Amino acid sequence: MTQIQNASASAPVLAALPVETPEQLEAFEARIAAGEKIEPGDWMPAEYRRQLIRMISQHAHSEVVGMLPEGEWIRFAPSLKRKLILMAKVQDEAGHGQYLYHAAETLGATREEMVDALLSGKAKYSSIFNYPTHSWADVGMIGWLVDGAAIKNQTMLAGCSYGPYSRAMVRICSEETFHHKQGKEMIVLYAQGTPKQREMAQDALNRWWWPSLMMLGPHDADSPNSGVLSRWGVKLKSNDEVRQEYMNEHVPELLEAGLTIPDSDLHQDEQGNWRHGAIDWTEFWAVVKGERGLNKERLGARQQAHTDGAWVRDALDAYAVRESGATRA
Amino acid sequence: MTETTEIMTETLILTEALKTALTARFTALADDEITLSHRVAEWTGHAPLLEEDIALANIAQDELGHGTLWLGLRAALDGSNADALAYHRDAAEYRNVPLTELPKGDWAFTMVRQYLFDAWEVLWLDTARQSSYVPLAEAAAQALREEKFHLQHTALWVERLALGTPESTRRMQDALNQLWAYALGLFDPLPAEADAVAAGLLPDVAALQTRWLGLVRGHLEGVGLSIPSASELSASPLPYSRSQHTEHLAPLLADFQRVAREFPESQVW
Repeated sequence: MTQIQNASASAPVLAALPVETPEQLEAFEARIAAGEKIEPGDWMPAEYRRQLIRMISQHAHSEVVGMLPEGEWIRFAPSLKRKLILMAKVQDEAGHGQYLYHAAETLGATREEMVDALLSGKAKYSSIFNYPTHSWADVGMIGWLVDGAAIKNQTMLAGCSYGPYSRAMVRICSEETFHHKQGKEMIVLYAQGTPKQREMAQDALNRWWWPSLMMLGPHDADSPNSGVLSRWGVKLKSNDEVRQEYMNEHVPELLEAGLTIPDSDLHQDEQGNWRHGAIDWTEFWAVVKGERGLNKERLGARQQAHTDGAWVRDALDAYAVRESGATRA
Repeated sequence: MTETTEIMTETLILTEALKTALTARFTALADDEITLSHRVAEWTGHAPLLEEDIALANIAQDELGHGTLWLGLRAALDGSNADALAYHRDAAEYRNVPLTELPKGDWAFTMVRQYLFDAWEVLWLDTARQSSYVPLAEAAAQALREEKFHLQHTALWVERLALGTPESTRRMQDALNQLWAYALGLFDPLPAEADAVAAGLLPDVAALQTRWLGLVRGHLEGVGLSIPSASELSASPLPYSRSQHTEHLAPLLADFQRVAREFPESQVW
């Protein structure tokens, strides 16, 4: 769905890096400047590798944890069609997680290490998934706003310098585009439906609007990871640029659906850009740090699944050993 | 099917009694698929491997798709509405086998149930492909393609878990002991189905049971599991049937129908 672009990741530990010659770095940066993709076997600075593993694995974790808030609603879906669509959507998120874990593996990380980092709380995932889902309309609003914001970010990342991540983004964006359309279609239908459906849609917008703006990351002035990531062609646009694109697409559509955006300072500037009022970042950071929201519950659900599944994975290992023995014999 | 039934295809006239039999069977099939799909989907986000989150979500979608298919066939006979049937019938009106409504249990329970069900469904569909009722024959051919993949997947899981660790073997045997009698419920003929079977419209479930037993017995015993004996089963027959549900169906439907019933005035979702 999205990867978090927060500023809480640790600063680059340059002292611990292996020796890299200025010539190597120069040749690498020349390739990036020329628009070439960096592929798994290519030389790359250790810091580039580290940052990509961090970003891609966070992105994968976000997909996996992102299954939970919507997955809860599969059981409650109000029609056979919606139930089918939601199952397909959550399945896609699992597929994206799998695909991204593989992309991170090309950089030398293992699935086990990455999963352990998630379960121990060491690795981050997008804090948007720590918000609770209160009604069925939340499923539509997540599709429209959260996936809409994610697509803006991922479309940018599809142009990033690391080949496997870039190609993963192309594929994931095409599926997310379906999710976005489905979410929008659902909310527009409810916004024009019965009074109770309409009320449910508006309530969902009231709760998801600000988190969807915040999930695109802190303002540029407060985003310390951005410098090196943009120099190496990983982040091609700043958080605020992506947020502006998101606003310009979604504000007119939400208004056209007859919904009210919960921002009294919302306006269009002379250039035609939709501008939001001041964002309450204290809430964002409280959710990122797990002081608010469902961080404990989400991680708890993943830990529980991992623990409950241990005997299954052990059985698979034992069976594989048995089979390889049988093959040799 | 016999030559007589093929001739009948061209001249088949559905009497009210035959329509009733078809409607009852389509409802039973749909309710099996809908309830099982609901249970399988409960694993989404909680499976032991990410790959299985994907596989089970796929199986759940296929089963729900089949459920919709059967309700569509029923609608063609009686003009009913699929969502109205799924969302506005109470537990007492559902006609699924108790097998499909049981809570998902552990991974062994889910896999054994799915395997036993898939084997039944593959055989039922394979026979129904030759039904003299063309809409059923076409739907069965369509569903069979997907169902064969489910059976491959679950048969492999049965093998791996049965031959895995002592714990996985024990869990598989426990699951099989609990589920076997419920699975046999799939082969109880529906009331008033006999004429439709004789007319070549519907598969004969008693004949299917023999084929099913051959299929699953071979696989389960081949991987070292033991099937509960007939004497064990007859000592404690299940008090449940398609019209006498366990206590688990009502809570399942309470979840399944929650939003739809909370908004009774909303016709469109």
